[in-house]
Amino acid sequence: MPLSKAALHARRFAALGDPTRLSVFTLIARSPLSVAEVAERLPVSRPAVSQHLKVLADAGLVQCESVGTRNLYRPDTDGIATMRDFIDSLWDVGLARFKAHAESLARSRAAQSSKEKP
Amino acid sequence: MNPTLASAAEVAVRKSVTVAAPIALAFEVFTARIESWWPLASHHIGDADCAAVVIEPRSGGRWYERGVDGVECVWGQVLVWEPERRVVLVWQLNAQFKFDPTLHTEVDVRFTAIDDGTTRVDLEHRGLEAYGADALAMREAFGSPNGWNGMLDHFAEVAGTMDKAAPTH
Repeated sequence: MPLSKAALHARRFAALGDPTRLSVFTLIARSPLSVAEVAERLPVSRPAVSQHLKVLADAGLVQCESVGTRNLYRPDTDGIATMRDFIDSLWDVGLARFKAHAESLARSRAAQSSKEKP
Repeated sequence: MNPTLASAAEVAVRKSVTVAAPIALAFEVFTARIESWWPLASHHIGDADCAAVVIEPRSGGRWYERGVDGVECVWGQVLVWEPERRVVLVWQLNAQFKFDPTLHTEVDVRFTAIDDGTTRVDLEHRGLEAYGADALAMREAFGSPNGWNGMLDHFAEVAGTMDKAAPTH
């Protein structure tokens, strides 16, 4: 289970790692849009937009819903799951930075105390 | 995506990291020097730039950020304060990273000395089911420049500068 969770996590980050895809995601996060509407707002072709949306959907970041004859994409916002994932990545980054900072401080203090000893 | 999750009794995030630092230093860095490692330094909740993030070192203390303009913005409070062992913080920031007194999630951090120079830090952020009522607000949070999207940019940037510093699981 932790592995598949980590894999999903990695996929989400990878999906957003592409600047164009991040722009697509940011756009539909503001309001649900169709492929054509996204293509009108970005310098990206419709087929390319479709491809980006497919990657985002596979990563669990967007959902497609049919409204009349239109297929609208919107963020996949299961409130709890989204927030949980967000906080998960928040602490991943936070603890990594905490570790790096504490260790560099520990090293410099150790170096200082060994210098002070005769 | 996962409908059962919404009805789960408790939703939590659990992390462990082993740090090559004595326990006293690890505790000090975590609680007294948050701004040195907090990943959201550029996504704080106040209007002015963030000068410091403060955990008042006592149970019942406040947990807040102070802007360079001197204005203090509360993040939550200190529930448990056991120096060099454990700290439990109430995290009351909503999906928009704004203080919400009705929201109650807890960050429970335990410090364990492995040896004189090594400390394990176990962190649990629990009560995340409280965000269930906030599902609509999540939609807005996605779009705001200081919300999810802005933070993702920041994460991508920070994560790109990290490799060997990744936490252990």
